[in-house]
Amino acid sequence: MSTALVPLALLMGLVTYPFRAIPLLAPGFERLPERAKLYLRLVGPSVLAALAAVNLMVVKANDEPPVFHVGWEWLAVGLCVAVVGLRRSLLIGLVLAAATISILRAVGVAPLP
Amino acid sequence: MVSAMADHVDPAPGLAPLDESRRRLLMDSLGIMVSAGGFGLVYGLSARAAGFSPIEAGAMSVLVFAGASQFVAVGYVLGGFSWIAIVLLTAFLNARHLLYAAALAPYVTDRPRWQRALMAHVLTDEAFALAIAHFRRIGRADVTGYWLGAIISTFIPWNVATLVGVSIGGSIPDPARFGLDVIFPAAMAGLAIGLITGRRELVAAISGAVIGVAIGLAWDPAAGIIAGGILGPFVGMAVRPRAGEHGREGQLAFGPEPLHEHAVPYFRERAEHALDDPESGLP
Repeated sequence: MSTALVPLALLMGLVTYPFRAIPLLAPGFERLPERAKLYLRLVGPSVLAALAAVNLMVVKANDEPPVFHVGWEWLAVGLCVAVVGLRRSLLIGLVLAAATISILRAVGVAPLP
Repeated sequence: MVSAMADHVDPAPGLAPLDESRRRLLMDSLGIMVSAGGFGLVYGLSARAAGFSPIEAGAMSVLVFAGASQFVAVGYVLGGFSWIAIVLLTAFLNARHLLYAAALAPYVTDRPRWQRALMAHVLTDEAFALAIAHFRRIGRADVTGYWLGAIISTFIPWNVATLVGVSIGGSIPDPARFGLDVIFPAAMAGLAIGLITGRRELVAAISGAVIGVAIGLAWDPAAGIIAGGILGPFVGMAVRPRAGEHGREGQLAFGPEPLHEHAVPYFRERAEHALDDPESGLP
């Protein structure tokens, strides 16, 4: 059984821990500049939206330039976004997204990637 | 010991008794437990589809214990991206935990350092949400309640579900037939929606997506993601929040103010929004 990615997990943990621990262990962290706090607050939605959009819309084959992808996957992800927005349930949104694209592929409407 | 002694403190006027608040915490934790289990299962399946072994997926869930960045790692490993990019993006993505820890810090300053260090490792979005609400209800810290929300309802279900997902994932012949390939973008988009609490977050998210796709098409997808994540917040910061969002933003980002002697920093946080929009001021 492969353990090649365990060091990567360790590195990811090492860079994550200080963000969680410094304010709890170092008094006075609340004096961070307000603009910096605001920036930190906006990083989450920004980077997650970038991840979703790039993963969904940009396809890059090995030596080919990146191309804009339009497909039924957009509908599946859009449904998930709608469910989370309306019902605040990510789990239901994910199940719905996977089920939708799975059905569309099963009936031949959407091609397999 | 400290927690046990604290259990017998009578609540101040306007605050909930500890037992009552813990019962509510328990009920809230059940929902989180189901969610963490389900999401952990999806993570395990995605990790398996990306070629992770149970040890690798499990190590990530134990050592990192941050869902969004773990999904990112799965996507990046699958895409053959460098470890440096994955680690940098992990740091970038988890920087928001600074805010959670800063909001909880005033409650736990009197706890032993080792205990705070341990609390930090299991501080996630869910643990923060449960803990800050519980602490606010009782007006002080309750370490037992924190462990309930962070470990019992999140850490354990997440890790168990990860192992189940990565173990059974290998028996699924073609994951794309079951739509597992859309799980990653759908999870990222859904998590982003969950963090949008006002106009600024919305603008930052849209900007991050647009910038990410533009740079991704013009140059490289990985560069697009990093550029979108770095530049999107600046666009969001340039937008003025709606007047009604001031108080809500402060509460969601830093948690409601504790009703004890450490309350001062929180009132200072609230004042930031007056600086953001000096013409309209606080509502």
